[in-house]
Amino acid sequence: MTDGRGKTTAEKIFSAHSGTDAVAGDIVVADVDFVMGQDGTSPLAIRALERMGVDKVFDPAKVAVVMDHSSPSPIEGVSALHTIMRDFGKRTGAKVYDVGCGVCHQLIPEQGHVVPGDLMVGCDSHTCTYGAVNVFSTGVGSTDGAAAMAAGKLWFKVPETMRFTLNGELPAGVFSKDIILHIAGMIGADGATYMAMEFDGPVIDALSVDARMTISNMAIEVGAKAGLMRADAKTLAWYEGRGSRTPAPVDPDADATYAVAHTLDLSALSPQVAKPHAVDNVSPIAEVEGTPIQQGFVGTCTNGRLEDLGIAAGILAGRKVHPDVRFIVAPASKQILLDAMAAGYIQTLVEAGAAVVTPGCGPCVGTHNGVPSDGENVISTANRNFKGRMGNSNAFVYLGSPATVAASVIEGRITDPRKYFTGGAL
Amino acid sequence: MRFEGTAHRYGRDVDTDVIIPARYLNTSDPAELAKHCMEDLDAGFVGKVKAGDILVAEENFGCGSSREHAPISIKHAGVEVVIAKSFARIFYRNAINTGLPIMESPEAVEGINDGDTVAVDADAGTITNVTTGATYQAQPFPPFIKGIIERGGLIASVRERMADR
Repeated sequence: MTDGRGKTTAEKIFSAHSGTDAVAGDIVVADVDFVMGQDGTSPLAIRALERMGVDKVFDPAKVAVVMDHSSPSPIEGVSALHTIMRDFGKRTGAKVYDVGCGVCHQLIPEQGHVVPGDLMVGCDSHTCTYGAVNVFSTGVGSTDGAAAMAAGKLWFKVPETMRFTLNGELPAGVFSKDIILHIAGMIGADGATYMAMEFDGPVIDALSVDARMTISNMAIEVGAKAGLMRADAKTLAWYEGRGSRTPAPVDPDADATYAVAHTLDLSALSPQVAKPHAVDNVSPIAEVEGTPIQQGFVGTCTNGRLEDLGIAAGILAGRKVHPDVRFIVAPASKQILLDAMAAGYIQTLVEAGAAVVTPGCGPCVGTHNGVPSDGENVISTANRNFKGRMGNSNAFVYLGSPATVAASVIEGRITDPRKYFTGGAL
Repeated sequence: MRFEGTAHRYGRDVDTDVIIPARYLNTSDPAELAKHCMEDLDAGFVGKVKAGDILVAEENFGCGSSREHAPISIKHAGVEVVIAKSFARIFYRNAINTGLPIMESPEAVEGINDGDTVAVDADAGTITNVTTGATYQAQPFPPFIKGIIERGGLIASVRERMADR
């Protein structure tokens, strides 16, 4: 029972979806509004469905499979997995996003499959991304995903919530990626394990929806189940014309009970970099400035959105990528690629020396499209820098904002991007 | 369920990318996945692990990607049980769903060295370091999760539920 106390966003969404008065610690069976899988995880989910003896999904309009992790297929084994997914779509009516559509975590909100107030699960850990648009979305394994595809419901432990109130105003040249890297360094890779996170405050209010998604995307990097934000006027404007369902925003109660509450002032935050081989191995950029790099990458479900490409293009306009550096760009979706072309960003990036690859995950997850060589350093906008993450366990991956990556690929070493944002340099 | 085997001990934050790198996810075949288990953390693991062995690790085991290939690869490499100080959330569910026994016991992890012989009684939740003679009690599973395990995992549970419709 709630003892009359207020509820967190997570408690409210689980209450509404389970028909119970859910509070943190309860185990509930809840209805899900959408279920998603990608090409690394869907084949196992499809096989699990077969083992469950189930030949259809609970609602074909609420299930999608996305080919993004190895897309277009780099090897015949993956081609066979893609075929399993296409056949599944034909057999069940589930939506199939084929080669070139983009990264699942951009497509699911972009295409309006989920709206504020929803509960969804995806067979990918970064499903937490849509917390930025007020969706309780969380990553699960393939068997859990299959159970949700079959029944339209799944069991959950209602999480406690860790609240971050972010005050102040971000300095020029410092972005939402720097905020979440700073938080990862502060609380560690298991700092919020089993918990939901809630982010609020003037800094969040001032961010675009694109920038907010970067923060929610990385909630999993501190072990969290979700990274939730309120749906405000910006969120609702972003949803105009997307999908057919009406958003039902859920705000936390003013007297909600939080397991932990942090208040940070970010007015003096500097660009942050996660060093190899852990996302919580974070330092201010001053400590790693000058580290030579052989590859830069802008893309992923963390930072492959239009605003990110615009920031990189702004820095690289009229400049060239260092001759000893490969610079790879992967827009997060086909729509973002089209929008970036219309805005001139792709022209600018390619003229500067970027190699633009198919919308998808490729380089981040090390399946293709930019596997580094032994001993090389990479600066990337991705969310993970684990050993071997980009496909070579003898390479070293640093994580930063799109601005940090763009500034670094010009000089061939890790570079503080703030000089491009002061004195009208842009 | 009782197991006895050699402990292979690792540190904290063992992520699913080092347990099974994404470059090997071009197959769902458990035997193939097992060949590359722990490859990016300890290239010698597959060569030394024997059927019945026990994986021991510190905090946040299985963090990162949701790939269920990770517990599958560990199980099919021959590991009978993973003992850790704590598990990442998605891996915890995946292990239960794929039938890989896991036990949480910070004390046991502190008391086990690499290469020790360890005996586990999964039903009683006891862990004995045969090499040192010390015995530890693991955290019990919540009743709801114990129910899933007792029904033979999530697939069997869903089969039952769908049959009731």
